[in-house]
Amino acid sequence: MSDELIQRVLKVIATSKRIPLETVTIDSEFLQIGIDSMDAVEILFALENEFDISIPDDEVRSVRNVRQMCQGVEKLLAAKSDAAAKQ
Amino acid sequence: MRRVAITGVGAICALGRNAAEFAESLRQGRSGIGPIESTDTSQMRFQNGAEVKGYSHQPYFDDRRADFMDRFAQFAVIAAREAVADAGVEWTPEMRENAAIVTGSCVGGQSTEDIGFQEVYKLGHNRVHPLTIPKTMANAGASHISMEFGITGPSFTISTACSSAAHAIGQAFWMVRNGITDLALTGGSEAPFSFGILKAWEAMRVVSPDTCRPFSKDRRGMILGEGSAMFVLEPLDAARARGARIHAEIVGFGMSADACHITQPSSEGAARAMRAVLRDSGLAPEQIGYINAHGTATPANDLTETAAIHSVFGAHAGKLPVSSTKSMHGHALGAAAALECLAAILALRDGVLPPTANYNEPDPDCDLDVIPNQARFAQVEYAISNSFAFGGLNAVLALRKS
Repeated sequence: MSDELIQRVLKVIATSKRIPLETVTIDSEFLQIGIDSMDAVEILFALENEFDISIPDDEVRSVRNVRQMCQGVEKLLAAKSDAAAKQ
Repeated sequence: MRRVAITGVGAICALGRNAAEFAESLRQGRSGIGPIESTDTSQMRFQNGAEVKGYSHQPYFDDRRADFMDRFAQFAVIAAREAVADAGVEWTPEMRENAAIVTGSCVGGQSTEDIGFQEVYKLGHNRVHPLTIPKTMANAGASHISMEFGITGPSFTISTACSSAAHAIGQAFWMVRNGITDLALTGGSEAPFSFGILKAWEAMRVVSPDTCRPFSKDRRGMILGEGSAMFVLEPLDAARARGARIHAEIVGFGMSADACHITQPSSEGAARAMRAVLRDSGLAPEQIGYINAHGTATPANDLTETAAIHSVFGAHAGKLPVSSTKSMHGHALGAAAALECLAAILALRDGVLPPTANYNEPDPDCDLDVIPNQARFAQVEYAISNSFAFGGLNAVLALRKS
């Protein structure tokens, strides 16, 4: 995972949740930084806009922390660039 | 305080165009959920809903009258007509002046609004249709019912998201019980299938990609529905005196607020509403023989509702049948509680408890007798119908077999 991707995800989380950027790290658990299910839905919405991706419901069900969220975004970005390459 | 009888029922939804069809679908455990036809869902994460299939305003309304009515208001009048005819109401000038109308609706005529906003935002036109406002307002259902029957008494609409119709029916019940009116027409109506609204629901990530499986371990969310159910309420003594058919009695109404979270439900808030209805009706928990659950099939609702039922009913919860008919008529938002109140009335009246359809797999966190997939014959004297809205506003109705 690139540092740039992680930084962008952290920024999206901090901005959506309106908390200082330094309070969110790659090792943060949602529970620990107070992200509930509605917060998570808002963050997904912001990530879709930030990365121009569509995040399916099935991909998000088991996501409980920032690392899993970054991994998910990375996977969807890879799928997107594959699809673009095939066109 | 007067006892309150339900002497007329009417319905239109995915399960049928009248109360008899609705009852038959519930008895068969037949779901009305299928691919959404009225809106293009090709760009959506979900494709299924519980629509009134093939609906047209004809034969219910002539074209000119229909011009003035959003689909949700049409449903309200269709169900109200059936309820009034069923009750055999013979209007007098005094009755019209005294009768009340209390309806529930969550989104009102937002489909009409959606079309209007497409005109200005998408198509670049500089004006919207002049009837956009009167068709969109959530009270349009109540207003059109008043005009339909010439009712000039207290009439209003309550909008509390998924509890709207329960709050409406509860108010109407209290008004009849307390002698404020001698006849009330009450219920809810909704028609939320339009692109903008569906997109908003999609964004919440609470809608199931396949179907609605309340209390089942593999549940994946709610399915939107539409329609209306309406009831005629009158004092029990008056109903008996005129020889009216009494479908059931309403015996209690309880409300509470979670004061917790704008979308996450609270089991304590739900439990307080159920305790409130027991208090209002003077019933002991052990007297309740059936619960029509809120049962949306979201992971959060079914879990908290189960916990709330355990908390209120204790050991009795283990032998208390609970089902969610949303598995068949979908979640009709502001009309949901009216459809579910009707399901509970029919369960008492006909001695058939409706099932939870689409049920696959027990969930240890939802350890209730959910009447899986098959309706059950059982004579029950008292039932409650739960409604727990987004925003944490809860309403529960208690009914008695007549």
